[in-house]
Amino acid sequence: MKKEINASLEQDRDVEKTVGKLLRAGVILASLVVFIGGLSYVFSFGSLVRPDYHSFKGEESNLITFAGIFKGFFSGEAKGIIQFGVLLLILTPILRIIFSLFAFAIERDKLYVFITLIVLGIILASTFGGLNI
Amino acid sequence: MSILTFTIILILGAYVAGLVGSLTGLGGGVVVIPLLTLVFNVDIRYAIGAALLASIANSSGAASAYIKEGITNIRLGMFLEIATTVGAVLGALIAVYTPTNTIAILFGVVLLFSAAMTLRKKNQEVLTQGSKLAEVLKLNNSYPTANGIVEYKLKNVGGGFSIMTIAGVMSGLLGIGSGALKVLAMDTAMKIPFKVSTTTSNFMIGVTAAASAVVYLQRGYMDPGIAFPVVLGVLGGAFTGAKLLTRINPTTLRWIFCIAITFVALEMIYNGYQHKF
Repeated sequence: MKKEINASLEQDRDVEKTVGKLLRAGVILASLVVFIGGLSYVFSFGSLVRPDYHSFKGEESNLITFAGIFKGFFSGEAKGIIQFGVLLLILTPILRIIFSLFAFAIERDKLYVFITLIVLGIILASTFGGLNI
Repeated sequence: MSILTFTIILILGAYVAGLVGSLTGLGGGVVVIPLLTLVFNVDIRYAIGAALLASIANSSGAASAYIKEGITNIRLGMFLEIATTVGAVLGALIAVYTPTNTIAILFGVVLLFSAAMTLRKKNQEVLTQGSKLAEVLKLNNSYPTANGIVEYKLKNVGGGFSIMTIAGVMSGLLGIGSGALKVLAMDTAMKIPFKVSTTTSNFMIGVTAAASAVVYLQRGYMDPGIAFPVVLGVLGGAFTGAKLLTRINPTTLRWIFCIAITFVALEMIYNGYQHKF
């Protein structure tokens, strides 16, 4: 019995370490993409006058939809690349939840599979639920 | 001001924001909003978008280090994330109907509260008798200290869950991590040792912020020209802060920063009252 508990604790620790690595990798990748996009942005537009951020206009449609951001990224537009990095940054904690879901499933922890599904469901509903009024 | 000048100054400002956020434990996002609105004259909606990104970067970056030490309670974090994500989505919805000046005043009040919370006496006690619900939800755990592994139990799960929902609403409405409210829920209501509560709170901030960030991204609050200097600057500052924390005792610095933040909070409240946002 004691041995079993130790084994499950070990497994828990392994899962936790992987979660940690996943989060770090996500942040590093996202900042690299943002950095590359940022350099390109400064080189292309650096000498222009700062946009008037004082009045809120919202972003153009190609920077607020997934399809638009992907298109901008693959056509190498500076703003599109930055926004793609932004998207990666937002996706990092969401990926962490999906990973935890599998980890709890492997551990056969039904209660936490259920709890994790609720959290994931809320985030997906907020992403695709058309709340962007 | 040209884009190049704006970018360079903003990277430096965001670096300081990340440093202050990390040394005080408030997180980089909280300092980014007054920096953008009061110093750079940016609309508070763009500032909220950038602050959310700073909070996610901060949380994910720091969480990986804490998880390695085995202090973070991942089950507790996951359970409470139900409350914070529901709150965050609600907050992002309410934000549409809230005048920007009201948001600025509310932000100032939360900032005052957060500064006071960082200076409070911290809960070092370990509860040995937990509640039944904490047992059922497998929230009791252990963490490593200098004197070996310490087991802890917790109570008042319902109370903690409710405060977490409010923390989520604030996070979605103001674009901040609301770490102070999260710690309040865990330390004060659930009686969790503060090392566990601060690291678990940090771990949760990323998911909470992501829940409202997906809404704000689609609403056009996230501008690439602001996001890029803010994300890189805050991450750099937080990294330096984490390194510094292992070498210096931050008590004096914490006091200085908290007094400075109190003035910033009052300025936000005053400007909001004067309808300057």
